[in-house]
Amino acid sequence: MPDKKLKRVDLIFSDDCNCKDVLAAGLKKSNEEILKEILDSGLRGRGGAGFPTGLKWKFTSQEASEEKYVVCNADEGEPGTFKDREILTRVPMKVFGGMAICGKVIGAKHGYVYLRGEYQFLRADLEKVLEEFHANIKAEGFDFQIHILMGSGAYICGEESALFESMEGKRGEPRNKPPYPTIAGFRSKPTVINNVETLVYAFMITRIGADKFQELGTADSRGSKVFSISGDTPIAGIYELELGMSLEDFVEEFGDGDTKAVQVGGASGFCVPRKKFKDTIIGFEGVPTGGSMMLFNSSRSMYNVLKNYVQFFEEESCGQCTPCRVGCQQLIKGIEAVKKGEKSITYLNTLQKLADTMKVTSKCGLGQSVANSFSSIVDNFKEEMIY
Amino acid sequence: MANTVNLKIDGIDVSVEAGKTVLDAAKELNIHIPTLCHHEDLCVAGNCRVCVVEQEGVKNLVASCAMPAQEGMVIHTNTHKVRNARKHVVELLLSEHNADCTKCYKNTKCELQDLASEMVISEPMFMDLVPEKNYTIDNFSPSIIKDDSKCIRCQRCVRTCHELQHVSALGVAYKGNEMKISTFFENPMYDVVCTNCGQCVIRCPTGALIEKTYLDEVWDAIYDPNKHVIVQTAPATRIALGEDLGMEAGSIVTGKMAASLRRLGFDSVLDTDFSADLTIMEEGTELLTRLKRALVDKDPTVKVPMFTSCSPGWIKFIEHMYPEYLDNLSTCKSPQQMFGALAKTYYAEKRGIDPSTIVSVSIMPCTAKKFEAARPEMRDSGFQDVDYGITTRELAVMIKQAGIDFGSIPDEKFDSIMGKSTGAAVIFGATGGVMEAALRTAYEIVTGREVPFENLNITAVRGMEGVREASVKIENVLPAWSFLEGVELKTAVAHGLTNAHQIMDAIKKGEANYHFVEVMGCPGGCVGGGGQPIPTTPEIRQKRTDAIYREDEGMEIRKSHENPEVQQIYKEFLGEPLGHKSHELLHTHYTKRKRV
Repeated sequence: MPDKKLKRVDLIFSDDCNCKDVLAAGLKKSNEEILKEILDSGLRGRGGAGFPTGLKWKFTSQEASEEKYVVCNADEGEPGTFKDREILTRVPMKVFGGMAICGKVIGAKHGYVYLRGEYQFLRADLEKVLEEFHANIKAEGFDFQIHILMGSGAYICGEESALFESMEGKRGEPRNKPPYPTIAGFRSKPTVINNVETLVYAFMITRIGADKFQELGTADSRGSKVFSISGDTPIAGIYELELGMSLEDFVEEFGDGDTKAVQVGGASGFCVPRKKFKDTIIGFEGVPTGGSMMLFNSSRSMYNVLKNYVQFFEEESCGQCTPCRVGCQQLIKGIEAVKKGEKSITYLNTLQKLADTMKVTSKCGLGQSVANSFSSIVDNFKEEMIY
Repeated sequence: MANTVNLKIDGIDVSVEAGKTVLDAAKELNIHIPTLCHHEDLCVAGNCRVCVVEQEGVKNLVASCAMPAQEGMVIHTNTHKVRNARKHVVELLLSEHNADCTKCYKNTKCELQDLASEMVISEPMFMDLVPEKNYTIDNFSPSIIKDDSKCIRCQRCVRTCHELQHVSALGVAYKGNEMKISTFFENPMYDVVCTNCGQCVIRCPTGALIEKTYLDEVWDAIYDPNKHVIVQTAPATRIALGEDLGMEAGSIVTGKMAASLRRLGFDSVLDTDFSADLTIMEEGTELLTRLKRALVDKDPTVKVPMFTSCSPGWIKFIEHMYPEYLDNLSTCKSPQQMFGALAKTYYAEKRGIDPSTIVSVSIMPCTAKKFEAARPEMRDSGFQDVDYGITTRELAVMIKQAGIDFGSIPDEKFDSIMGKSTGAAVIFGATGGVMEAALRTAYEIVTGREVPFENLNITAVRGMEGVREASVKIENVLPAWSFLEGVELKTAVAHGLTNAHQIMDAIKKGEANYHFVEVMGCPGGCVGGGGQPIPTTPEIRQKRTDAIYREDEGMEIRKSHENPEVQQIYKEFLGEPLGHKSHELLHTHYTKRKRV
C-alpha cells in the first residue's frame, strides 16, 4: 500500500543556488566523499531503468584506464516524455555541473551531451552556456571539456550502447552486453552514461547532501522525479513530484475526472487501468517511469493506443535481432486480424506468448519492453481488442 | 589456473579459457546449441537469438554466442523456456522468409531449413509477412544473385564483406520492419564496389546470396552436337569437390573429377593447371624484365613491386580501391583467361576445330571468375574466351544430376593438349602458391640452379598468416642476369582483401618495400574461394591446403618451366614468354573504377 502522498518538490528547477559555487564546492570534495554521498542518497537512474547511479560511478572510477568518458543521454525519445528538454532549457548549467563532478570522480577529461536530433534548436543556447561553464571550471583548475553531439532521430539511439555506436559515427545498433559501459562504453573505454535528470540530481545532492535527498521518496525510490504529464488532463506539463505516491493520488491531481487508464513510462512502460490505481505505487517498487505519464479517458480506444505503440516499436526497432524486428510486425498484424475477426480470440494468447518471448530473448531494452505495454493493455482491456 | 573459468552446463562441469563464450563451452561438452548468425570466421553478432540459453539467476535468456563464460555460471540449454523461445525465433524468421524451398538453389543445404526441420515446424504459428514485403531479387551481376526474400538479416554477409574483405559493398539499410541488407544507394551488386569474391555466398545460411548458375547453358552446350565443349578445371577444385559429394575435407579427387567430366559429356577434359604453368613462364619473365628495367635501365616508368593478377576478386578490388597501382599489376591474364584465349586459337588450330563452335567452360573455386569471363578485356581470341565459369558446387550438382557415383568412379587423366601440368601449378590453389611457383622457376632461370629449399618447398611463403614476407638472396647468377647478383628479392603474400588492404596501405605509406607481391582475394587463397563447397571454416581451409601440398609433392614434375606442353606451346605457337603472340593473347590491362 502506498504510504506517500502526492507532493510537489522543487529541486531540479530551483534557482536558489549559484551553480558556479555549487560546482566549485563539489569539485573541492574528495572523490570518496562524493561517491559516498551519491551512493547514500539512493539515487537511481532517471531514464527509466533505475540503475543505482552511485554504483555506476563507482564501477567506472575503479577501472584502470587513461581514457574515460561521461556521457549525458539527452536523446529523449520515449513517447510522452519532454522533461529533459525542459531541464536543458532552464537549468543546463546544473546538467553540465553534474557531468563535471562525475568526470572528477571517475577520472574523465571529456564529457559528451548526446542531444536528440529534434532538439537541434536547443543547441545554440547550450553552446553559449557551455562557454561560461568551461570558463568556470577553468577557474577551478579542473581539466574537463564538454562536447555536444547530435542524434539523427532514431529512438533506438537512446539505448546506451546504440548511442555509443551512433557517437562513434556508426549505425545505431545496440551492442551485446556484457561488457557494460562502465568497462567498455564510448570508444570501448570506461564510460558513465546518465540521463539528463540524473546528472542534475547528482549535482544537487552534492549541494543538499544525501540525507536531505533520502528524506524524500521510499526505500526503493529515493528522492523526487520530474514527470511529463500529457493526454487527457487539464493541466498537462512538467511537474517535479516526490516518488512513491499512489496512482490514485496522481490521477486525482492530474486527471480530468474520467480517467480510465494511465500509461506509466511511455510506450515501453505499463498501462494501469482505473481499478488498479489505488494499489499502484509510482516508483521502482511499483510501476517505474522515465517520466512519461499519459492519461486516457473513456473516449479513448485502448486498441488504438496499443496499435500506436506497437507501430512505433515496429518502426523504431533497429531491426537487427529477430524477436524485436519480426515480433513487432507479428503483434501488429495479429491484433489487427483479431479485431477484424480474421483470427480467433485465442490468437491473442499466442501473441501474449510471443510478447513474453520478445521480453526474454531480445537483444536490448527496446524489444524486451514491448511486452510491457502489449501485455498490460491486452490483459486489462481485452474486450477492446476484440470488439 | 588464472586464465580458466569454471561453469556448469546442463549439470556438467566444464572449464574453458577466459574469453571463450558459453557457446564455446557447450561445444567442449559436445552439447549442440543451434546458431544462425554465428560464424567461426566472423565477429560476434548476437542478433538472430536462436542460440539463447537459460542462465541461473538471470531473468532473461542469454545469447550463448555472445555471452562470455564466467566463473560459477550455471547454464541450461534445454529447458521449456529455451525450447519455446527458440521455436518462436525460428517461426518468426520463417514468417519473413520466402519458404518456397523446393524452388530454392539451397534446398537441403539451408541452415534455416535444417532448424525448421529439427523443430518439426508444420503449421506456421504466426502470420505470413512475405506478401507485403516487396522483396527484390538482384540478378544483374554475372556472379552473385541476391534474393532479399530469403534473407534472415543475420548479417554474416555484411560482416564478411567488411571484416574479411574490407569492401563493405553490403551493409544494413533502413530500420525496424524495413531493415534490410543492401548496397550503396541500393544499387545493383554489379554497380557497386562488390568484387564478386563470393565470400558472402559461402557464409550465407540461406539462399539469399547464391552464385549465378550456368548449369542449363552448360548442359545445352554439351547436348548440342554442333558444339565442341571443352572444360578446364582450376587447381583448387580437385581438393574440394569431394566435400559436396560425400567425402571428407581435404580429399584429393583429381582423377575422379576428370573421369566425371568425361562422363558428363565434355568433348575434351583439360586443365587450368596447364595455363597456371604458362602464367608462371609469362609472369616470371615479366618480373625479371621489370627488375632489369628498374635496377639496370633505371626506367622511371616501370612499376615495382609487381602484383600478381590471377585473382579476379583482387583485380576488381584494386580497380576500385587502389587504381593508382594498376600499373603495378602483372599484365598477365589469369590462368582461366590464358586458357580461354588459347582454347579458341592454339587448341582450335591444333585440333582443326572451327573456334566459333567451341564452347569453353571452366570449373572454378570462385564466383568472381564468372565476372572475369564476361569482361570486355577477355575477348582476344575473337570470341568470348571463356563462355561459362561454373563453381565447384555447380559441378557437384551436375555430377549428381548425371547419376554418377563419385565415390566409386575410377580415376582418369586429363586430355591433351593443354591438360598436362606440374606441382607448381597445383599450389596456385593455396595462398602463397603463385609466389612459390614463380620463385621455383625464376630462381632457376637466373641462377641455373634449383631454389635452395629442401624438396623445393618454400615454406616461408606458406601458411595462414594474413600477410607473410619472405626474401630470397640471389647469388652466383648466370652471366645474362648479372645485374641481379647479390640482390635480396623481397616478396610478400596476402590473402583475403582485408589483408590486401593492409599491405597496400603499407606500400602506399612507404612502410613496405617489396619486389613482388602475391595477393589472393579470398581467405586461404582459392581453397577458400567463394565457389567452393559450403561450409568454410579455418579447419576446412587448412585441410584443403594440406591436400594441395600433398598433390604437389606427388607430382612427377614440380616446376612450371619443365611442363612439356608448356615447352611445346612456346615452340609451336607462342615463340617466347612476353613475345608478340603472348602479348596479343595472354596479357591485358585493367582500368580504374569508381570508389563507391
